[in-house]
Amino acid sequence: MEILVCVKRVPDTAENEFELNGAGNDLDRDDLVYSVNEWDNYAVEEAIQIVDKVGGNVTVVTVGDDESEEVLRREMAMGANNGILLSDDAFEGSDGKGIAAILKAEIEKGSYDLIMTGAQADEGAGQVGGMLAAMLDMPYASLVNKIEVGDSKITVGREIEGGNQEMNEMQLPCVLSIQTGINEPRYVGIRGIRKVAKLDIPVKSASDLGVEGVGDAGAKTKRVDYFVPDLGDGAEMLEGSTDEIIEKLIEKLKAKGGL
Amino acid sequence: MTQIFAYIPYKNGAAEDIALEFPSAAKKIDESASLTAVVTGSGADLDKVVEDMTGIYSEVIKVDNADLAYPNADVVRKALANIIPLDAIFLTAHDTFGMDLAPGLSVKMDSSYAADVVDFEGIDGTTLKAVRQELGGAVSTHMTIDIASGAVMTVRPGSFAPVEGGSAGGSVTDKSGDAGDLSAKRKFLEIVEAEVGDVDITKSDVLVSIGRGIEDEDNIEVAQELAEAMKAVVSCSRPIVDAKWLEKSRQVGTSGQTVKPKVYMAMGISGSFQHLGGVKGNPFIVAVNKNPKAPIFQVADVGVVEDILDFMPELTEAINDL
Repeated sequence: MEILVCVKRVPDTAENEFELNGAGNDLDRDDLVYSVNEWDNYAVEEAIQIVDKVGGNVTVVTVGDDESEEVLRREMAMGANNGILLSDDAFEGSDGKGIAAILKAEIEKGSYDLIMTGAQADEGAGQVGGMLAAMLDMPYASLVNKIEVGDSKITVGREIEGGNQEMNEMQLPCVLSIQTGINEPRYVGIRGIRKVAKLDIPVKSASDLGVEGVGDAGAKTKRVDYFVPDLGDGAEMLEGSTDEIIEKLIEKLKAKGGL
Repeated sequence: MTQIFAYIPYKNGAAEDIALEFPSAAKKIDESASLTAVVTGSGADLDKVVEDMTGIYSEVIKVDNADLAYPNADVVRKALANIIPLDAIFLTAHDTFGMDLAPGLSVKMDSSYAADVVDFEGIDGTTLKAVRQELGGAVSTHMTIDIASGAVMTVRPGSFAPVEGGSAGGSVTDKSGDAGDLSAKRKFLEIVEAEVGDVDITKSDVLVSIGRGIEDEDNIEVAQELAEAMKAVVSCSRPIVDAKWLEKSRQVGTSGQTVKPKVYMAMGISGSFQHLGGVKGNPFIVAVNKNPKAPIFQVADVGVVEDILDFMPELTEAINDL
């Protein structure tokens, strides 16, 4: 089975405290720690496990700048066979549809049975997988937390409300967005990344792919600025030494029925 | 005039709460817009929801087809693409169905797309201003959405004030005949119900709930000791279940359990909306997190900026000494 996994390099929400820049219109990006989008890691792991069972290849692809190569290499160290970097100044400022259109152009140059994305990434939209499927006229399932591979079709479980699981039968080729928890992504050490350091990762531009109308000019949905919302009072912050805080907290817990 | 269509999600013949929230969202898009509810399905459940929606919406579209009996997004999308005017604004919930349906629908309708909108700030010409969040709720953003050729948007449940329903006296238009070809390459099989765990976190008045801040499986003991001291039960956020450190039945959130405790101790939990969506009944929320910017502090009643691995043992000891 030929599997393509679309990945993204994102600011790591577990490693960063996000601050606005001086002008207040963007994040202060100087010291941000980036990593591969958490959901994508589960998708790559799932792809590798499927190929281990039924044979085939896993290719990882991303739309990004030169620095995005590091996340491709990381996923190749996990076991992905190939990496492709789609990079061009003309891609900058693309909205979800722009990204999907760029990926679609690359997908049509190959022959994939299964295309995966993470269920969502840093922007929290969860949009590219569903758009890709519609552009490619393939069936789609989001929030997938179980995959069983059969001949020419697969059975997938989707995570739905209340911890329930919705089972579907999908014809191949199809597009799936992968939810966290579907597996336990393997650990990648520095040694693993070194092993794939010399592997060739082709870089493809807008003209290589033959895509137009993407990037900022083609985006119908645009981010104007970032801000931190004023949500009223927020929590009453307890301050002082730990002992003082605990004393105040215990009084409040007693009053509210917590003790 | 702006035309807005709202897709009504429902279960067992009862519309989800967001059916009462779409009218407020529509007003924030455009006070003078027309608003139509769209209900798809089959049989008695559908009829019941359509009837209920005539109390909230002045216009209701009903689409009855056996293929729509279960809301398979690949099937519903085909029907909607044939029924909704391509230049209209289409709203659906940012829930597990809306996420499945909407991105592809925006492609099929050649419309702009915006996901998980939490607020609208009106239309200027053909530009709609909207607010959404990024990075797990750490920051918000203003968006501009070009609606000249329509827009498909998912809105976050609970973000818009619910309206009073009951007296709209709406009229129903049956568009079942316009659904078109509903064949699909994805077939719904069945729902597998969540497993029942050894502890029912929904029955506890006090929950000690842990998130990423617990850092390691071995540290869960520290939370269990605090829970014992408080005669509480340990629950958790999604990353703890993803790591298989606790069973799924302990997970609080839209994809886990909905809980209604009196006191909710959010320990090392950042406070994503999916997590908070499972915390109902307005409990007293205590948040302890070493990140002073964690979104949980915006919704908690009391906050402490400390590392839970240091704080919880001290709190446990102090409670045991009472």
